[in-house]
Parts: sequence; structure tokens; C-alpha cells
Amino acid sequence: MDIIITVVDREGQAHKLEAPTDMAMNLMEVCKAYELPVEGTCGGMAMCASCQCYVLSDHELQERTPDEEAMLSEAFHVQENSRLGCQIPMEEKLEGLKVELAPE
Amino acid sequence: MIKTDIIIIGAGPTGLFAVFEAGLLKLKCHLIDSLVQPGGQCAEIYPKKPIYDIPSRPEILAGDLVDQLMTQIQPFQPGFTLGETAQDIQKQADGSFIVTTDKGTQHKAPVVAVAGGLGTFEPRKPNLEGLQKWEDKGIDYIIRDPEKYRNQKVLIAGGGDSALDWTIVLAKLAQEVTLIHRRNEFRGALDSVEKVQALKDQNKIQLITPAEVTTLKGNTQLEAVTVDTLGVEATHPVDYFIPLFGLTPKLGPIAHWGLEIEKNVIKVDNSLDYQTNIPGIYAIGDVNTYPGKLKLILCGFHEATLMCQSAYQLINPGKRNTLKYTTLSGITGFDGSRKEAQKSTIKTIE
Repeated sequence: MDIIITVVDREGQAHKLEAPTDMAMNLMEVCKAYELPVEGTCGGMAMCASCQCYVLSDHELQERTPDEEAMLSEAFHVQENSRLGCQIPMEEKLEGLKVELAPE
Repeated sequence: MIKTDIIIIGAGPTGLFAVFEAGLLKLKCHLIDSLVQPGGQCAEIYPKKPIYDIPSRPEILAGDLVDQLMTQIQPFQPGFTLGETAQDIQKQADGSFIVTTDKGTQHKAPVVAVAGGLGTFEPRKPNLEGLQKWEDKGIDYIIRDPEKYRNQKVLIAGGGDSALDWTIVLAKLAQEVTLIHRRNEFRGALDSVEKVQALKDQNKIQLITPAEVTTLKGNTQLEAVTVDTLGVEATHPVDYFIPLFGLTPKLGPIAHWGLEIEKNVIKVDNSLDYQTNIPGIYAIGDVNTYPGKLKLILCGFHEATLMCQSAYQLINPGKRNTLKYTTLSGITGFDGSRKEAQKSTIKTIE
């Protein structure tokens, strides 16, 4: 099943994206698939923070792994609601998720 | 002036394998890379991570892949200019190119292959006032020669492998080493974490966590930094402040070489030979784009192979050649080494 999520880009424009939940995709990959300006330099290993985003909706996400915590502790522009897109797997309960891309 | 047949910009897996394919065609290569070691992202970002989609290698660590490629290309004796960024390219009257690095090293060849991946790795810089003013005047992002810090007061910031590794190295040289990090946990090789723990226990280094540098102070040279530990600020006199927050790739100077660029990658002709809009300059691996492009190491290998065939024609116009299988032709290195298949035994069984 596909879900609809909203990604606000760095210019403030909101994009509604249809995200498959059966292709083992994460948020970083969905953004890339829609050609949003997410680099995903490390390919999704929580090692670069180029996919950092702020979670705007109140969805319950999987907890940050130690790797994600470590990366966010070294990243810039980090806020309470910061997450790495590559560490957010697309799943049905994320229907309606809204995130904003963090500055580069 | 370094002279070669193909200047390869970027010593990642694709650039390294191009040396092999060029070598089979008796073309010599010289690689330029801004990092101090070959391997590109594989060596810099994820050397200990496994890769599962290299044909015939069910699993290989990225660092091992680089080592194996280095072994494979060794007979073809590639040259390396490491720790320097290819800055400028000039086309000569004879059709060849001169590529000059940021350090002024010059390379000349009839063919240039850009295998730059995501670009040049640049340090990620903390957002601190006056940071630029003291760059190279007390602030270093990359340690090139540890001797520079002998008997100096050094403050390192960061929580990853490079922060840990350099803390260990500099603890032996510097007058004083302080390591600060925003959290108490460090992400690095277990061995490094334990060594830093031991250094701290022996009072050989000062460890401040959770903390971060908030202000820089000095005149011509950086003189001190203010460190905030849970809201409490303290001033630390330093000779050097070394923020090690990782590296981030930028396409860099290549963007200004007149190549046709689309979304930070170079457009090439994939129906033929991965040449760019400038004849004689090719782009292979993650740095290029064409319809259907996939950024995979295995695709980079294929692109490198076709590029070399085209480069051969460009360098040897009209000279006939045909594809040879290494199983039959073996490998003759530029160093005189020779590898070939064993001759089969033909013998009567009575």
C-alpha cells in the first residue's frame, strides 16, 4: 500500500509524495525518487546527515538508533524534532507524515 | 610536469579500475585525488561497511574492495597526486590537456577522465563567528602533518573516528590535547574509544563532554576558545582548534571547466563512450549522468572499460586494435611482470 506524506523543501514549498511501503524505502530515498534536493551522500548509513529533516506532524516514529543519535550530535541545525530521513522506514502508520528538510 | 596517457581525476573504485582497463591497452594513468589515500568514499566514509552487489563477491568490505583494486592495478604502475584538488584545466594547441592542482602540481595528457564521484570532500565547518578569519591561523580542519602540533596546545572537537584517532596521535606530540564532544558517547572503532579512555585515565589528555565551542578569540592568530559545558562557559587558551565534523562532497572546481552539468553531475554520451561535451574529457562513475544512470560501483567499472577503448582510439588514431580476453592474453605489467594462464597439459595415458 502507498501512503501520502508531505515534505516541505528548503524554500518552504510543500510537496505531497506517494510513498510505497512495500519496497523497503526510507524517507531519504522517497525524497530522492521525487528529485527533491536531498543528497543522501552516504547512501543511508546515518553517516552524513545530508537527509536531516524536522518532523512536523506528531507521528510516532521508530526511536533513534545509537548511530542516528551519534550523527545528529555532530550535525548542524539540529533541533528536538530532527531526524535523519534515511532512518525513517516508510510504513503504513506514517500516512500523513509531514517533515521539513533541514538546511544543507 | 607529470606526463601520462590518461589523467584520472578521482581515485575511487571507478578511477582505480580505469587504470586496469587502460593498462590492458598499454595506456598509462595518473590519478589525482583531494583525499590523502586512494579509495574515495569507500575508504573515507565507509571502509568497514560491506558491499553486496559487486559481481562474484557475495560480500566485500568497502576498504577491502579498494585494497583489491590497488593490487589488481599494481602491474600498471599508476601515478598518484594525493591530497591535492584538480583545480584548473587548459587545452593545449596539440590537443592535449594540462590539469593543475590547488598546490600547483601540473599534469599533461591527451585524455582526461573525470571519475570524481560526488566531488571533492570538503570539511564540514561549525557555525562560529570569525571562523574564516582564523582558518590556517590556528584553525585546521584537516591534519596533514602531525609534527605541526608538536609542543602546541591543541583542542579537538568531534565524536567520530577522526577525532578519536587524531587525539591518540597528538597526545604523543602536543604539549596539551583537549577533546570535546557534544555528547558523552563517541562513535568509533572500539579500540580507539578504549585508547582515548586510557589516555584520559592517565591524565594525558583532557576530555570535556557534553560540550561545544561557542566563541573564538584571538588577534592575528587564534588564541583561545570558549567551551560551553551544560550552560557553564570556560575559556581555554589554545594554539590550535581542530574541528573534525566529517567531510562533505562538493563538485568543486570541475563545475567551472565548461563541462555540461545537470544537477551537480556531468552529462555524457552513454550511447558511445562516456565522453563529455569537450572532446578528450570523459566522465565515469557517480560523477556522470545519462538517461537511466545508476550510481553503482559495478556501473562505474563498465563505464571505465568503454571509456578506455575510446581513449585508445583518440590517442592512437587509425591504429587497429581488437578486444582481448585476459584469460588468453594474460597481463603484461609496465613493471615487466607477467601473469598468464597455465598451459594445458597434453599427455598420453597408456
